[in-house]
Amino acid sequence: MDLPFIFHPIFSFTPMTQLSFDDFLVEEEYLTVTDLTKEIRYLLESTFRELWVEGEISNFNHHSSGHMYFSLKDENAQISCAMWRRRNQELFFTPRDGMKVVVNARVTVYEKRGNYQLDVLQIKPAGLGELQLAFEELKNRLRGEGLFADEYKQPIPLYPERIGIVTSPTGAAIKDLVTVLRRRFPAIQIVLNSVRVQGESAAAEIAQAIDEFNEYGKIDVLIVGRGGGSLEDLWAFNEESVARAVFRSQIPVVSAVGHEADFCICDFVADLRAPTPSAAAELVVQNRDGIAARLNQMLEFMSGSILDRIKYQREKIQYIKNSYAFRQPEDLVVQYHQRLDDISRNLRKSMSHKIDLNEQMLNGLSKRLALLEHNNVLKRGYSFTFRCSDGKLISRANELNKKDEIEIKFYQGKVFGTVNEVEG
Amino acid sequence: MPKKTFEQAIKRLEEIVAELEEGNLPLEESLKIYEEGVELTRFCSIKLNETEDKIKTLVKTGADFKLKSADI
Repeated sequence: MDLPFIFHPIFSFTPMTQLSFDDFLVEEEYLTVTDLTKEIRYLLESTFRELWVEGEISNFNHHSSGHMYFSLKDENAQISCAMWRRRNQELFFTPRDGMKVVVNARVTVYEKRGNYQLDVLQIKPAGLGELQLAFEELKNRLRGEGLFADEYKQPIPLYPERIGIVTSPTGAAIKDLVTVLRRRFPAIQIVLNSVRVQGESAAAEIAQAIDEFNEYGKIDVLIVGRGGGSLEDLWAFNEESVARAVFRSQIPVVSAVGHEADFCICDFVADLRAPTPSAAAELVVQNRDGIAARLNQMLEFMSGSILDRIKYQREKIQYIKNSYAFRQPEDLVVQYHQRLDDISRNLRKSMSHKIDLNEQMLNGLSKRLALLEHNNVLKRGYSFTFRCSDGKLISRANELNKKDEIEIKFYQGKVFGTVNEVEG
Repeated sequence: MPKKTFEQAIKRLEEIVAELEEGNLPLEESLKIYEEGVELTRFCSIKLNETEDKIKTLVKTGADFKLKSADI
């Protein structure tokens, strides 16, 4: 078998060239590695100036230095890419493995490693569909983790006093928010944590601002948002870092991004979604006039209720005072007193000639007075009941038993009888 | 008594109104919470009529936070 000899590179190459020692002395015929690399670099960099390349991102790495490193690939090839910090800050989205993109780049050669790579100036999703895919992918993943679940939604306080806002200090959103908040509730305290709301750094700044408010603590509710814009403009609110910060916020978060129709990931995670910043202000703060009306209503109700209560008590007392049961003894007492006064007067009159009116006599008179009072009671139709067995005056029915003999004394005369039934 | 918030005041007011509405309390108690209610209404009215015209920005320096006045 001759085949191995023919196809083996060493055996097929060596016999064809006769190298002599002299060949190695002709120095000018050879390039140094550096020279060659420089040549290659010149060739590549001058041939491929700025170009647009389409491919799929893989091995994406956002280094702590701020630079981004990744590969761009298709079915048959791949090429290393670097996007420096200064440039990637303008990115509106975070590139992700598997995302189809178009990059604007220059070919460069990294001499120290002998690599060629793309120096990326700009990255665009290969189509809006790519962003939509990224959006759906993140939405499904976060929903799967439970970040949108109702059980994690915190209630928005009914009467917040300090409102934290995460937005740009120069955008339309802050103006709308301040105007509406102040109009509805002038005493409201507004604390802004300024951030950029678009560009690659926006998501990180928004997330950090939310965390800072939580660390600061003295805030009742947060409004996170910006005014309307294109999908690219609003993209920071679709980033995972923002979603995670909203989710971990102990302060309730109201998401207020863009116009009515735009939904972003931030909306799903937030405790409450407002269609616009103005709407957020209206949802968060109740109208002062409404609260004032409610306060008045409560005050009126309380006063009315107390007045009714007092009126009712007064009427009840009046009613009791006027009731027969009460009036009767009162009248009796009044009459007795009057009678007593009369009698005393008469007595004094009749006794006036007797200077030495002694105590004994007074006692006797008092007894007579008492008797008179008894008789007065009897005169009015009342009667006294005595138990015959011991002559005890009975004031309660339960002092008697069935079959007891009783004597009933009237103003005039008395009757005798036997108890048939005892009640009470 | 710790500083109460507007929200706490309104919440207590709603409770008082509900209690008076039920009318189960003796007169003495009712009068007591009525007085509390009037006091709370006054507190809330004062709060409602306050105005805050500056907006503040949250500034973090090291581990500390400061509120600075901002013109927007």
